[in-house]
Amino acid sequence: MPVTVHIPTPLRGFTAGHDRLELDGATVGEILQALVGEHQALRRHLLQEDGRPRNFVNIYLNETDIRYLGQSETPVRPGDAITIVPSIAGGSPATAPAAEPVTALPPLSHQEILRYSRHLLLPEVGLEGQRKLKAARVLCVGAGGLGSPLALYLAAAGVGTLGIVDFDAVDLTNLQRQIVHGTSGVGTPKLGSATARLTDLNPNVKIEGFETRLTSANALEILAGFDVIVDGTDNFPTRYLVNDACVLLGKPNVYGSIFRFEGQASVFDVRSGPCYRCLYSEPPPPGLVPSCAEGGVLGVLPGIIGTIQALETIKLILGAGEPLIGRLLLFDALRLRFRELSLRKDPACPICGTNPTIRELIDYEAFCGIGAEPAYAGPEITVQELERELAIGKPITVVDVREPHEWEIVHLEGARLIPLGQLPTRLNELDGHDEIVLHCHHGARSMKALEILRGAGFGKVRSLKGGIDEWAVVVDPAMARY
Amino acid sequence: MTLRMPAQLLDQVRREGEQAYPSECCGAIAGPVDGEKRAVRLYPVANRRTDDPHRYLIEAEQLRSVERDARANNWEILGFYHSHPDHPATPSEFDSSHAWPWYSYLIVAVANGRAESAASWVLDPDRPRMLRETLDVESEV
Repeated sequence: MPVTVHIPTPLRGFTAGHDRLELDGATVGEILQALVGEHQALRRHLLQEDGRPRNFVNIYLNETDIRYLGQSETPVRPGDAITIVPSIAGGSPATAPAAEPVTALPPLSHQEILRYSRHLLLPEVGLEGQRKLKAARVLCVGAGGLGSPLALYLAAAGVGTLGIVDFDAVDLTNLQRQIVHGTSGVGTPKLGSATARLTDLNPNVKIEGFETRLTSANALEILAGFDVIVDGTDNFPTRYLVNDACVLLGKPNVYGSIFRFEGQASVFDVRSGPCYRCLYSEPPPPGLVPSCAEGGVLGVLPGIIGTIQALETIKLILGAGEPLIGRLLLFDALRLRFRELSLRKDPACPICGTNPTIRELIDYEAFCGIGAEPAYAGPEITVQELERELAIGKPITVVDVREPHEWEIVHLEGARLIPLGQLPTRLNELDGHDEIVLHCHHGARSMKALEILRGAGFGKVRSLKGGIDEWAVVVDPAMARY
Repeated sequence: MTLRMPAQLLDQVRREGEQAYPSECCGAIAGPVDGEKRAVRLYPVANRRTDDPHRYLIEAEQLRSVERDARANNWEILGFYHSHPDHPATPSEFDSSHAWPWYSYLIVAVANGRAESAASWVLDPDRPRMLRETLDVESEV
């Protein structure tokens, strides 16, 4: 007649998921031997070398701990129930880790003390923290959507040296979110526009500008001069480049990214946590994740994420609070919800793992699949050619593969709207004998549409080079651009 | 397996860690399991190690009574939490050598009486060492 042994949840992995087993024996000790005999892997969790239960393993016979009965010799009767109950123990090492040495910090002028008064009133910042900020050198990669709020708050906070890498010029479409720039700066370099605004905000801050594209050739040299790197880039090659350079240099990388209504932020510091590659070992296929220019972005969103990056940067400099290291913050603007995922360092990470395969910067464009194959493959038609062919009355079916909300902003007279995503199921609406011209906003989606049509056997298909935007610039300046 | 935890519960662990400082707090985490562990309730447990502020102990009969209540709600004991006064939220050797398989061990670091980082750990099935597991904290604003 067997005895029932109740298996606690943590040990069910060793009993094929069974929460109870029927075993034969005359004493508790015999039953336990029968148990580990049947399930060998349980042995080291339950028994010591001499066969007695381990410390922190408690065995109950029915409702009584066998310590108060006859220990392992306690006799059992058929129908009895044995329950294994763990005690849970642990603790922290008795000694606290040593504090970091304090280095010489620059003094503050009376005027600076007044300016940073509200910081100095916080014990977590105080005079020492403000002097740490003044001594700090922070590099912002990009002066765009994330870089704008980031640089503004870091300058206002009194970060002593702010490096900015950007080679772009201010465009009117930037101003919906890139608040470091202004209308008067449209058409001028972002670097100059940002420097003017930041210097006006806080003349104590030294701006070091790098009017260049960050590349594998210059990244290590530029980044090496800074304490904290803040990634405000909008593309994958630069994001992997910044990550790898930070890993190789052992510098913290304050990461942020945005997409339409959603944002992410984290702090990658391989000295105490994972890196971007531990999170995303491979970039998405090119074209899968649209850029802000293609997919749109709510203007406030980079403000929120960029401000979080500024906050984390300041915390790293102060050594205050709990940094976002090993944690990925996800923000959903439409639902107004924050989520936090804990990130693990990946031992197999190609750059910060135990056996790294990447020991120097690589070709990031190629790594991200950009330039590997021509992005535009297939017959194209320029806007001038299309205008001419339409003017002479050539029968051409113009198909607009953009989204309905883009159609509402502006569209070509006589065009038909079939959004790219619906195209494969709406091929029957098109005639293979017709001359077809596909167009989108800038010419990328229409090229994908062209591949779909050619794959379906359509022979006379062309894609409008530069899209409706090019049409608005060259052919019809009265048309709205977006 | 991921440990999913509402932000309020994590805040509760942090508060207990602060209140127990400079000693350690401890307790059990309960909730349903369906592919991932979903924490819905914490059971603070009196620390039975009173001789050493750097240790905690939850005895079998304490766990039994907590388990009874959890079972009545159709929950499992998912793991345990404890605080590390003036030490990071990484497991000590004592933690690793006393850990049980499968259970989540959530550690909150408390520095100078203020709760800082928290991380959850689970025993490596092959070796007596702890691996960090995904702690998914969701807060609604």
